[in-house]
Amino acid sequence: MKVLQHGQKHSVEFTLNGEEVEGFAEPRMLLSDFLRHEIGATGTHVGCEHGVCGACTVMMDGKAVRSCLTLAHQAEGREIRTIEGLETPDHEFNDLQQAFHENFALQCGYCTPGMLMTLSELASTGKRYTEAEVRDALSGNICRCTGYKEIVDAAMAVLGDKGQVAAE
Amino acid sequence: MKPAPFSIHIPDTIDEAVACLAEHGEEARVIAGGQSLMAMLNMRLAEPSILVDVSRLADLKKLEIGPDGLTVGAATTQAEVFHHPDLATHMPLVREALTHVGHIQTRNRGTVCGSLCHADPSAEMPLLLATLGGTVTLQSSSGTRTLSASEFQTGLLETAKQQGELCISAHFPSLPSSARWGFREIARRDGDFAIVAMACIADKGTVRLGVGGVSDAPTVEEWSDLSTADIPDALNRLAWKMGGTDDIHASARYRRELVRRIGQKLIEETLS
Repeated sequence: MKVLQHGQKHSVEFTLNGEEVEGFAEPRMLLSDFLRHEIGATGTHVGCEHGVCGACTVMMDGKAVRSCLTLAHQAEGREIRTIEGLETPDHEFNDLQQAFHENFALQCGYCTPGMLMTLSELASTGKRYTEAEVRDALSGNICRCTGYKEIVDAAMAVLGDKGQVAAE
Repeated sequence: MKPAPFSIHIPDTIDEAVACLAEHGEEARVIAGGQSLMAMLNMRLAEPSILVDVSRLADLKKLEIGPDGLTVGAATTQAEVFHHPDLATHMPLVREALTHVGHIQTRNRGTVCGSLCHADPSAEMPLLLATLGGTVTLQSSSGTRTLSASEFQTGLLETAKQQGELCISAHFPSLPSSARWGFREIARRDGDFAIVAMACIADKGTVRLGVGGVSDAPTVEEWSDLSTADIPDALNRLAWKMGGTDDIHASARYRRELVRRIGQKLIEETLS
């Protein structure tokens, strides 16, 4: 049985946006804090820190998860994807990011990384989604600026019947 | 909003996990998906000194769905259950209820057994375990035991799970093909904890209604030969029997009114 003692930092290794990363974390360190403070990947935002707002959403092994409700050590060996990993190889916006840009789907931008990472799970399935399904998926992400309409419009531009599936 | 310090123990087998729980007693808490526990740790509502992380135990990853029902291991996530291709065929009521459990991000990590052990009075999985008459299997260093929902669910955030015991799986029986079912929930926001959640099963002249969010634990009531005219009285008696308490989300009076009104709609649509 592996034991990670409190008060000591232990090595954590995982794949972040396709690259191996390693850092050191106390057992109690949250994945969100590890990404921001140990790795310096500050694209993942931290809002409520108890799993309500969705700002800290990242993808773990292809699934959208709340990084504030995940311990850094629980990411050991996993594949983590964050907002920093969405751009195309040419450093352009991917389809979802471009749709957010074109539909004015952000104002202050604080919730945007979480929104995009939630929608990235939907995009990765290659399926078409109804507006109701998109709204249901986004119900776990709070935006206090936009009123959601533009966000849903942007999501539907990519994931809806007439949309294009985001490039993976 | 950071957890107090704790050590993480990562057992390789169920035996190691229960030995660890036996050794450390109330100092240790089990973590699988952590979607309830992590929030409590962050808010320091819980300050265990040891977390026993069972999320990677292959023996707890069980997921069997068939004509007999659903058997789910302690490390199996709600999303894994939800996406199982046979769930809609054999357990449509569970499938419907799972759409109300948190959000996709929490279902991707949260476990069914974790919901049962956390025992929030308004949570959907405990409600379904009670309504379907399911069981929970617990293991400790002295052996395993299987408890019925009514034995397991003892109250607000409380279960019959003893110190040193690990929940290893839960079983939700399927409904006979003649049964009809319905599910309704009222929450302030899609995916939030329910103010009141209700599951209804009608079969061969009996109506069974499970209610979550009013009492400290899910309440199940069964009626035989319930005529449409009898429904309001039956629900009124049930509402007063459960009582309910006021909290920041809703008053007890409002919860009882939801039982009467939403209960009526739910029973009618289940019977129709």
